[in-house]
Amino acid sequence: MATEPQNDSPVATNAVDAEVALSLRGASKSFGPVVALADGTIEVRHGEIHALVGENGAGKSTLVKILAGLYIPDAGDFRIGGQTVAFKSPADSKTAGISVIYQEPTLFPDLTVAENIFIGRQPRNRVGFIDRGEMRARARDLFTTLGVPIDPDRVAAGLSIADQQIIEIAKAISLDAKVLVMDEPTAALSGIEVERLFGVARNLRDKGAGILFISHRFEEVFALCDRITVMRDGRYIGVHTTADVTVPEIVKEMVGRELGALFPKEVAPIGATVLAVEGLTRAGVFSDITFEVRAGEIVALAGLVGAGRTEVARAIFGIDKYDAGSVTLNGRALKPHSPIAAITAGIGFVPEDRRQQGLVMELSVAKNATLTLRESLARFGLISGKRERAAATDWTARLQVKTSSQDYAVSTLSGGNQQKVVLAKWLATEPKLLIVDEPTRGIDVGTKAEVHRLLSDLAGRGIAIIMVSSELPEVLGMADRVLVMHEGRISEEFSREAATAENVMHAATAAREVA
Amino acid sequence: MTTALHFFRARGVPVAGALVALIIVTSIVNPRFLSPQSVKDLMLNATIVIILAVGQALVIITRNVDLSIGSILGLVAFGTGSLFNAFPGVPIPLVFVAGMIFGALLGAINGFLVTAAKVPALVITLGTMYIFRGVLTSWAGSKQYFSGDNPKEFGALSVDTFFGFPIITLVAIVVVAAVALYMQYMRAGRDLYAIGSAPDAAKLFGIRVTPRVLAAFIASGALTGLAGVLYTSRYNSVGALTGTGLELDVVAAVVVGGVAISGGTGTVVGAAIGAVLLSTITSSLTATRVDKFWQQAIVGVLILSAILIDRIVSLRNAKKLRVSEARDV
Amino acid sequence: MSEILSTAVVKQRSGLPKRLLGHDAIIIYTLILVIIIASFTVKFFAGPLTVGFLLIQVIPILLIAMPMALVIISEEIDLSVASIAGLTSAVMGVLWRDSGWDIGFVIVASIFVGVICGAFNGFLITVVGLPSLAVTIGTLALFRGLALVVIGDQKVANFPKELNQFVLSKIGATGIPVVMIFVVVIIAIFAIILHFTPFGRGLYALGHSKEAAAFVGIRVGVAKFWLFIGTGVVSSIVGVFLTLRLASAGPDNGTGMELSVIAAVLLGGVSIFGGRGTIPGVVGGVLLIGVLTYALRLAKVPETALIIVTGSLLVISVVAPSVTAWARERMRLARLHKEVQGSSTPGPISA
Repeated sequence: MATEPQNDSPVATNAVDAEVALSLRGASKSFGPVVALADGTIEVRHGEIHALVGENGAGKSTLVKILAGLYIPDAGDFRIGGQTVAFKSPADSKTAGISVIYQEPTLFPDLTVAENIFIGRQPRNRVGFIDRGEMRARARDLFTTLGVPIDPDRVAAGLSIADQQIIEIAKAISLDAKVLVMDEPTAALSGIEVERLFGVARNLRDKGAGILFISHRFEEVFALCDRITVMRDGRYIGVHTTADVTVPEIVKEMVGRELGALFPKEVAPIGATVLAVEGLTRAGVFSDITFEVRAGEIVALAGLVGAGRTEVARAIFGIDKYDAGSVTLNGRALKPHSPIAAITAGIGFVPEDRRQQGLVMELSVAKNATLTLRESLARFGLISGKRERAAATDWTARLQVKTSSQDYAVSTLSGGNQQKVVLAKWLATEPKLLIVDEPTRGIDVGTKAEVHRLLSDLAGRGIAIIMVSSELPEVLGMADRVLVMHEGRISEEFSREAATAENVMHAATAAREVA
Repeated sequence: MTTALHFFRARGVPVAGALVALIIVTSIVNPRFLSPQSVKDLMLNATIVIILAVGQALVIITRNVDLSIGSILGLVAFGTGSLFNAFPGVPIPLVFVAGMIFGALLGAINGFLVTAAKVPALVITLGTMYIFRGVLTSWAGSKQYFSGDNPKEFGALSVDTFFGFPIITLVAIVVVAAVALYMQYMRAGRDLYAIGSAPDAAKLFGIRVTPRVLAAFIASGALTGLAGVLYTSRYNSVGALTGTGLELDVVAAVVVGGVAISGGTGTVVGAAIGAVLLSTITSSLTATRVDKFWQQAIVGVLILSAILIDRIVSLRNAKKLRVSEARDV
Repeated sequence: MSEILSTAVVKQRSGLPKRLLGHDAIIIYTLILVIIIASFTVKFFAGPLTVGFLLIQVIPILLIAMPMALVIISEEIDLSVASIAGLTSAVMGVLWRDSGWDIGFVIVASIFVGVICGAFNGFLITVVGLPSLAVTIGTLALFRGLALVVIGDQKVANFPKELNQFVLSKIGATGIPVVMIFVVVIIAIFAIILHFTPFGRGLYALGHSKEAAAFVGIRVGVAKFWLFIGTGVVSSIVGVFLTLRLASAGPDNGTGMELSVIAAVLLGGVSIFGGRGTIPGVVGGVLLIGVLTYALRLAKVPETALIIVTGSLLVISVVAPSVTAWARERMRLARLHKEVQGSSTPGPISA
């Protein structure tokens, strides 16, 4: 199936003294008939931050898993520091000097921070016993180098994702990592935490490490990275020096076609008030949230991670409870803390975490799509399989979900198609209000545009939409009104015309001018 | 200073406290509870459960469980009796070794099935509990070996004392100390905690999960074997029904002693204290003339209380951690 | 996190292939096979008394297996079922002996015990949020202990003879016990609930992902609470049944039953990880173990061997899927290698 590819060298400029830390050429990996990677090629030099971009399904995560030793490639030339390597397990990858920081770091919650860093290779004293004092001291040194104070003796459970990533990086340094792979590291971080992470990354680069940075966020890629490799459809497409290239050029390579406006929200007639939120408060999370959403309107909730936007959305939908205030839908008070009441009243909720909350990964596409229709498909309390399948076929077709068969588990779909299934599931309930939380996170550019077009279309048909989003371009493009939240309160509201990246960002970070 | 703080926060302390309280209350009601003979009986009764609890703790810390220990104990105990019957002159140390090897083999069967089949240990050991018991019943039939059939020196292990401690109890204490040190200060021991805390992360990070879990089951089996040999020394008779229902008491002891059923936390010392607590309850009931029928029910209440406390503590910790999260950056 | 490590493309079969090749079908084929072999090789098996004896023995397991299947599909477990049966039996005995109530009253009051026990389990698991494995290990001890406290080690035996005879009576000349009608109704009810109602659909979702289920409006806690009431009530019904069948009330009626039930349920295709399984499969599993045990007993195989058989069946039923998955993966890899190497490398031809 795989043949040795005849590629041009991926080095776009003169390879001066820059030593190549990692070089992968022509890697391929298939699972049965599914070709996950056809031509994985990338070169990371010492002392550079190298971005890897591509749509979902482009093969990025397969490539990363090959680097991490989780997958054994079917073919390919893989070298670390000039030496050919063939990993058989994640341990081999670590020994060779590759460390991967995942989006959701996995630490051992019951072990201390220091032990998390040194598990499996704890320092020992002369008698052969683990030397806890030494372990603690070394951990402290690592954190000092990184410039982040974390108590080595505290148990890892309950740490923020940002802190967990720092610990993972500390682990990588202690392993003498030569290449640090960061897989979508900023997805769950607030602006300040992102800056802290970038500082650490630049620091490591200047000390000679090679960093591979995978991200969907172009602002970050262009701010942080020295070179960019583009992949599409499982293949290496090209590599560029960041300074010499622009975002549209990169996007064009990723998508293979020119893209017009990415975020087309059409003007729609705004109708009556659908949702009225009054004084919504939850101690320690958000307070005094008051706003309205009208039919045909898209209201964006912008702000930093941790500002409380998702929490407000969840409270409105009933997943979480609130301590004071009220929610009214089309004039009728909505029973708090009851998702079933919200659904019956006509609210749909596309959650932030697609895999854990939006879908049941092990169930089929059809079953997922009709999960919200359980009650309505039933006659005399009984469901017929035939009507279920008919409904599933109908809705997946309407949203153009690409799948070979409805009976495949939804885990086999790409991120974009998975999101379409989630949307199908909610649209089938014919909601009056649709809440979408980070609707295009982790989705390829092409499907992103489809989702935006769909949301715009829904608004045009009179549905009210609340959109929680951390992507400013998306917020500015799609929203009729922008509500900026900051530390649990709505700090500002902007109309479509008035909103700019600067004033939204400013409202989101208002009181953070710390010493 | 931090070490002391950690000590107080650990679960072993409340359990030890409960134990002390129980002893005090019982001896107030019945002063003879603290007589030398009574104390000796307490220690003897606790010995077997302590060793079993240590073994079970190892398994539970890795997020598994072994429900077959009762059957394993029965097999080894009966085997010990048979050995003495067939070879009356067999040296006693050899018997111990044979018993532990036998137990280790049975533990290895469990461990192999759990790691190879990737099926929850609950189900596997439920099955092997049946299978081992069936093997024992068909082997033993209605035969029983009595303590009189064993060499006198063997039975003496449970009677003679060394500085006031029965010899078999000293064995138990040594076992607890050795395993506890191993779990705190040896990399392989810490790996067990990691495996129980986040199994997927452990695999990802290169910890050799299969050999470690297998080793935990083998160690538990060997310790159960040791307990089986000691059982034959301590008790009057061994037969087809020996060890039935023990697994419940042992799991109770371990859980009460602070080892979370979901793995990753707890100490072997805590489990041992839990074992002492549980066997003291039985003696307490007799000493205070409470109906012995209450014992099962009390064991049930203890298990439920232990899990409840675990939950409350972890919820409180989570809240504390979240509050302390708020730093200015 | 484990998605990172899984590489298989998962397809759920549908339609006829699923029916003919799925786990349920395999159990049914095995059952038929065992019945055929036993009819020819075991004396008396193919006789008129078989059906009656077999069913009477299997009824308690069959009954409890129904709610247990739902509990396991929802990713929980209930180990206290046998103890609930025992407690019910003890309460029934004491009430009958000491309270002077009418037997009907006594039976209803005894079944109420199951409701209370189930609610207790349900409360600890769904409201307090404790893990069901640990809780039901605790209540297994607690309920059995309470049974001992209630009735001590005595037994109560003087139940009305008519009831004992009714429980053992058969339908005409068929040999099928009359109570089977009741059992079939219970099976039908659970089958309908699981396979044809919104609640059942919700259970499958919930068994895979509690969070995703909550997001579609499924009230996870409420659903699970009712499932534990289900196991509680059915267990106490079985407790009553056993008491009347044995004409004796005692604290150890039904000891060890939880293992047979779980073994049968898992053998019948319900996954211990939740989210999968069917009622027909479970019925098949119960009958398979029942028929096998009965046939072996009839063939004078010693009782102890039967225990080994049950244990082995349990182990095989959970190990087999892993083994077949492993074997399939090996064959697939072998096929891939063969394709990559082309015909230049002679090698074994994979099936």
